[in-house]
Amino acid sequence: MMMKKLLASVLFCVCASAFAADELERKVHEYQLDNGMKVIIKPDRRAPIAVSQVWYKVGSSYEHNGITGVSHVLEHMMFKGTKTYGPNEFSEIIAANGGSDNAFTGRDYTAYFQTLSSDRIEVSFELEADRMHDLLLDEEEFRKEVEVVKEERRLRTEDKPTALTFERFRAAAFPSSPYRQPVIGWMSDLDNMELGDLSAWYKKWYSPANATLVVVGDVDPDETFELAKKHFGKVPASDFNTRLKPITEPDMQNKLRLTVKLPAKQPYLIMGYKTPVIGSSDEKWEPYALEVLAGVLDGGSSARLSRELLRGSEIAVVANASYGAYSRLPDMFLMDGTPTDNYSIGDLEASFKEQIERLKNEPVSQAELEKVINQVVASRVYELDSVFYQAMQIGLLETIGLDWQLLDEHVDQLRAVTPEMIQKVARKYLHDDNLYIAELDPLPIEKNAKFKRALSTRGKNHGS
Amino acid sequence: MAVNRVLIFIALFFTVTSVMATPKIQQWETANGANVLYVHAPELPMVDIRVVFDAGSARDGDLPGLAMLTNSMLTEGAGQWDADQIAERIESVGANLSVNSLRDMGMISLRTLTESKALEKSVETMAVVLAEPVFRQEALDRNLQAMKISLRSDLQSPSTIANKAFFRAMYDDHPYAHPSSGTEESLERFTRKLLRDFHEQYYVAANAVIAIVGAVDRQHAEKLAAQVVDRLPRGEHAAPLPEVDLQKSLLRKQINFPSQQAHLLIGMPVLSRGDPDYFPLYVGNHVLGGSGLVSMISQEIREKRGLAYSAYSYFSPMRGQGPFIIGLQTKNSQVEEAEKVVLETLADYINNGPSAEELEKSRQNITGGFPLRVASNSKIVEYLAMIGFYKLPLDYLETFVSRVNAVTVEDIKDAFKRRVQTDRLSTVVVGQVAEK
Repeated sequence: MMMKKLLASVLFCVCASAFAADELERKVHEYQLDNGMKVIIKPDRRAPIAVSQVWYKVGSSYEHNGITGVSHVLEHMMFKGTKTYGPNEFSEIIAANGGSDNAFTGRDYTAYFQTLSSDRIEVSFELEADRMHDLLLDEEEFRKEVEVVKEERRLRTEDKPTALTFERFRAAAFPSSPYRQPVIGWMSDLDNMELGDLSAWYKKWYSPANATLVVVGDVDPDETFELAKKHFGKVPASDFNTRLKPITEPDMQNKLRLTVKLPAKQPYLIMGYKTPVIGSSDEKWEPYALEVLAGVLDGGSSARLSRELLRGSEIAVVANASYGAYSRLPDMFLMDGTPTDNYSIGDLEASFKEQIERLKNEPVSQAELEKVINQVVASRVYELDSVFYQAMQIGLLETIGLDWQLLDEHVDQLRAVTPEMIQKVARKYLHDDNLYIAELDPLPIEKNAKFKRALSTRGKNHGS
Repeated sequence: MAVNRVLIFIALFFTVTSVMATPKIQQWETANGANVLYVHAPELPMVDIRVVFDAGSARDGDLPGLAMLTNSMLTEGAGQWDADQIAERIESVGANLSVNSLRDMGMISLRTLTESKALEKSVETMAVVLAEPVFRQEALDRNLQAMKISLRSDLQSPSTIANKAFFRAMYDDHPYAHPSSGTEESLERFTRKLLRDFHEQYYVAANAVIAIVGAVDRQHAEKLAAQVVDRLPRGEHAAPLPEVDLQKSLLRKQINFPSQQAHLLIGMPVLSRGDPDYFPLYVGNHVLGGSGLVSMISQEIREKRGLAYSAYSYFSPMRGQGPFIIGLQTKNSQVEEAEKVVLETLADYINNGPSAEELEKSRQNITGGFPLRVASNSKIVEYLAMIGFYKLPLDYLETFVSRVNAVTVEDIKDAFKRRVQTDRLSTVVVGQVAEK
């Protein structure tokens, strides 16, 4: 079965017509193999290279307590050999072909990629197809690798006060959603992980019917599909029907405040409002309105947070607002930052809230809206400078259960956002009964103190 | 108008689809003496312009942070505009303008659509920002405060603590020794005049390299380059940096820090850009610690022993002798073992070099991967800035593959033996260790 979809050109700048001719060449081709694997190919003839990414619909949000981090550890083990290839031979072969390879795990996905000279892309297909069904999970390799992952956790989280605060924040803010779990897993789960956890996970999720191959680069779509079929077509179909149970967060109508005490030098504030994503919102336009709203606050150095909090009042030395419309489950609209020396965490919180109130009470100006749109339109062009990023976007959308074609309507949807819509989503979601706050309260960093990571977290629920 | 453009571009379409693997670099000088490197990349309607000055923290003198502060103050007010207006001018047309300061370089980078309004407005802004920063007192105070808070944040990061101590140990009183981000003591001493003087001396055309990559033709690129620097005086190129005195390096520094991991850095100053040993050392290091999981150090530390997530080595060639660095992080109790393993791996490599097969694999990886290095405008503009700044030959990219292929096992052994002196290595450990 094979479908071809033409990528609609969504272009608005004066140069659009010049660009359009080129854009026609970048149409996306979509195919499916008999074993259920999806193949998406987007030619980009700018340079003689191609990126190949295999995306699996599995990540930390598929995990349950006790095995957190298993998707990520399995990602590491995917480099440790199959019945055909020895440990690390995958990377050695890619390297010898002039390529680079790696993998990444997120809440909603596990993805593997190789970037190669486009005439070598078959090498990556052969190796990826092999480890999709023939992985050898060796006890000794696993013992070493799980230690590597623990070092990764120490590096990325344990020894970084802000990262640790963020981890604690998510765990407290989501009582039920698996977005409460860190992608890398809790240390105690890593301590107790067993090879059997990995093999069960591999068996359950690494089916061709749960995978999408995305190729972007200097390739002919039909020829490349034939190559993909030659290798991935060999992966036996499994009766893949693993459905996730739906998880609904309890409607808390609460605000929650967490104080994380850690040896650190700088205080740090996180505020999160639970928000819908594309696919979960009451109205289709809401996620787009939230995205524009985030742009109004933090779309660059001329946006409100930089202009008014970093400069202006000089309350903050760091102030961010962010919102992601694309994830499998509802997440949060986030604001985080660090106050300057003359201000407290409370002052920063108050100015964040003041910014939110203003969005509710005062329509955003046309100039601000236009600026956000111009930035998005331009960044759609800039993104084309990277084949990797283009493949990422397609793979991500497919893997969280959306159609990659949503990317094409993205700019149109943002353009349709009105000042009233921004006020509406601000009032509906960005209010105190839907607010989760964590603050990092620095303890002194004591030399020679073999302190245990005295993480005293005080959780408090404020009923409404 | 729009219709005409479509026709033109469809006609052109058939002639521009094949892209050469190696970008063709063109070079010229502006009337006031700035060196320009340019690559025509017509495929996307955008352009990258980067201007690099020999104005990094190596030029701080006795005021660590001066170069970085001057650089970051460029966009804080220039000509008639304050910081808000500068940001607004850039972002309202969807452009990005950023400043960056390293040990060698002070730079400013613009990415914009080639659509005329966006291009004109952002390039004009860039030109004014470079030539006419006003260094307002209130902006200076705010930036000083931000730097002060950033220095404090550094004290909660074992990797940053290690990195600062490492450069201090390797370079002693050389201008590369101090951190670009300043010191608590130096931040108390800044005045507007110091910044103005620094700007006047170093942000001049003769001290600038302009890199341009994008959908502008040569004539247009010449106009843009001229426009970007035409408000700058010619001035003079910065003076040569002093030689590094290897005898002054501190061999070992241990800093107690209550982190779960110890951070280990080992290295010494070795390599300047343009050094004839560059290719043997670069290719040789690719085998040793420069090729990710496949490299020897990663194999020994990570794959065989599970001691670290990241273990690597690299040469960082600079204007003066940039460092050779080996680095890893491991839980405190394992740091001695990890140090022993990397030192043995290094000593063994210096004595025996790579096997013919290991060298061949690395050469294949580097040369086969060459198209990846120049596959995007952002990578090409990076190369242009480097080639221009360090005065590398313009055929650097064209000859890269053959230079790599020419490297032999003997070249590598010889270069490593002469240049990596194991008795001169500086070692820094930050973690739960005894201070020394």
